Amino acid sequence: MLQEADRRGEVNGSGIEAASTAPMAMAGLRSAATKPTITKSRLRTLIVAPAAGAIALAVHLLVSKTEPPPETRSYTVFLCVVVIAFVIAALVQFVWPGLRRWMRDMCPIFAAALLLLCVWETITSGFRWLPLPYFPSPAGVLQSMINDGALLFDSTWHSLILLLSGYALGVLAGLISGICIGWSSPVRYWGMPVLKVVGPIPATAWIPLAMVVSPSAIISAASLIALAVWFPVTMLTASGISNTRASYLDVARTLGAGRAYLIFRVAIPAAIPSIFIGLFMGLGASFLTLVVAETVGVKSGLGWYVSWAQGWAEYGKVFAALVIMAAFFSTIMTVLFKVRDRVLVWQKGVIKW
Amino acid sequence: MVAAAAAEASSLRVREVSKSFPVPDDPVARRLTLDSVSLSLAAGELVSLVGPSGCGKSTLLRLIAGLDSPDSGELLVGSEPITEPSAERGLVFQDPNLFPWLTVRRNIEAGLVARGVLREKRHEADEFMRLVGLETFGDAYPHHLSGGMAQRVALARALINHPKVLLLDEPLGALDAFTRMRMQDEVLRLWQARRTTMLLVTHDIDEAIYMSDRIVIMTQRPGRIERTIPITLERPRDRSSADFLRLRGDILELLHFAGNAVAAV
Repeated sequence: MLQEADRRGEVNGSGIEAASTAPMAMAGLRSAATKPTITKSRLRTLIVAPAAGAIALAVHLLVSKTEPPPETRSYTVFLCVVVIAFVIAALVQFVWPGLRRWMRDMCPIFAAALLLLCVWETITSGFRWLPLPYFPSPAGVLQSMINDGALLFDSTWHSLILLLSGYALGVLAGLISGICIGWSSPVRYWGMPVLKVVGPIPATAWIPLAMVVSPSAIISAASLIALAVWFPVTMLTASGISNTRASYLDVARTLGAGRAYLIFRVAIPAAIPSIFIGLFMGLGASFLTLVVAETVGVKSGLGWYVSWAQGWAEYGKVFAALVIMAAFFSTIMTVLFKVRDRVLVWQKGVIKW
Repeated sequence: MVAAAAAEASSLRVREVSKSFPVPDDPVARRLTLDSVSLSLAAGELVSLVGPSGCGKSTLLRLIAGLDSPDSGELLVGSEPITEPSAERGLVFQDPNLFPWLTVRRNIEAGLVARGVLREKRHEADEFMRLVGLETFGDAYPHHLSGGMAQRVALARALINHPKVLLLDEPLGALDAFTRMRMQDEVLRLWQARRTTMLLVTHDIDEAIYMSDRIVIMTQRPGRIERTIPITLERPRDRSSADFLRLRGDILELLHFAGNAVAAV
């Protein structure tokens, strides 16, 4: 309906002009907000992201006049690249429908992110409302990221290895104990109290003990992450298995199913939606445990990097690490979502004919 | 002789079977659900079980399937006592209970996988999908199917094991009237093609008369066999013939009477 109305409206293709001539960020914001209502929806989605980029660039050039150029040059380049990339994408989408659909979806989000950067820059290096060095401008953060790129990459790599080994271990243990507790009532009788008493202790509370017992900090961190993952995975696997509809099991038995079939081909598939909830909860717990373990014990990884940079009062590096952490964790989360969509295709309205 | 022996092997006998269940809020009391029920089905016979709800029809079917065991009495297929569920006795519920995580084809193949014979008998899945008219839906997931289609898949899934006895627990109960009549013909067609011994639990007197060789009427709890009525109408049966309607009237009256008798006791 909205698109229909937009299509009937007049074409007014001068979206960028308003942005580039905007004397202030606020004026630019207002023009970006009012312009699209009188432009075609197609044109709007194309223009909104480069326009936001151009606004951010204009604001950046304006506020960074007083700062030394080497500190801000990489951010200028970054914004230019973003604007050019969106302009190219806007041209390519004419011949690539997949990209067009993606852009229609994502362009407003990217535009908002760019405007947020712009606001951030305005209140940090623009008006200096926030105290330095605790709140560097986006340009400063980007510069720290580039200056310390090798160490950040190394830290991310170490975090990834630690996270994946701990998570895999925890998931494996959680699936095994969850299936046993969910399926067998004697195991449930003895296992459930242990689970209920030990499970809720936050894995990070074991850190003092883990550091004493374990031969190396890495191994103790991996086992703490595994412990943090193990609890939700076990809990939700067990509940998924024990809540398998009795009639599925009855049907399978009248089809001649033995115990292995009942467990692996009925109870476990029926529990998969619940198991995935456990996997997501476990993933969240693993991020937390990873960062805490790296902060207090392990001498590598992003968690360690943050506290190390904070020790030197290099808050640009702290923010750089946080940005990387956000990208890193959300990527892993996205991967798990994709896996779930693949595995639970039978729950969605997808048919492959 | 051999054929006769084979036929004998798929007969079903229920002898003096009783079953009670614990009462939910009372640890000591048990409620008698089946009271000394005896019933026998010749090989290839199609018998309907009708009666008021709660009379233990489904309990009896679960006992025959081997999903529960009786307190007393004996259940036999041929000369083999029933002790546990087996692929020899297929069971179809009112809810098709298809495995939602498997496609139609994989659902039908489930029995082959469970018995470990998928490799040799994979072609039978195609055969049974054709038999129930779903050959183009092999890759669809159950929640895309209509009620009638899902129930046909459930039938195919039960039949692929070539059960000696097929137990049907109100399999058409949830379908609309038209689908239901079509499915009755479908089940009859399958029965005539395979000559499986069938025991059909139903609430629908018309369905019982239309389909079965005999109708067994059960009383209100505790379930007992009230009466057995042979249906000798020529097949295919006409739902609106005078004989059909007369029989229907008789049975309805009988059920009404049976209800009163229990209420009086």
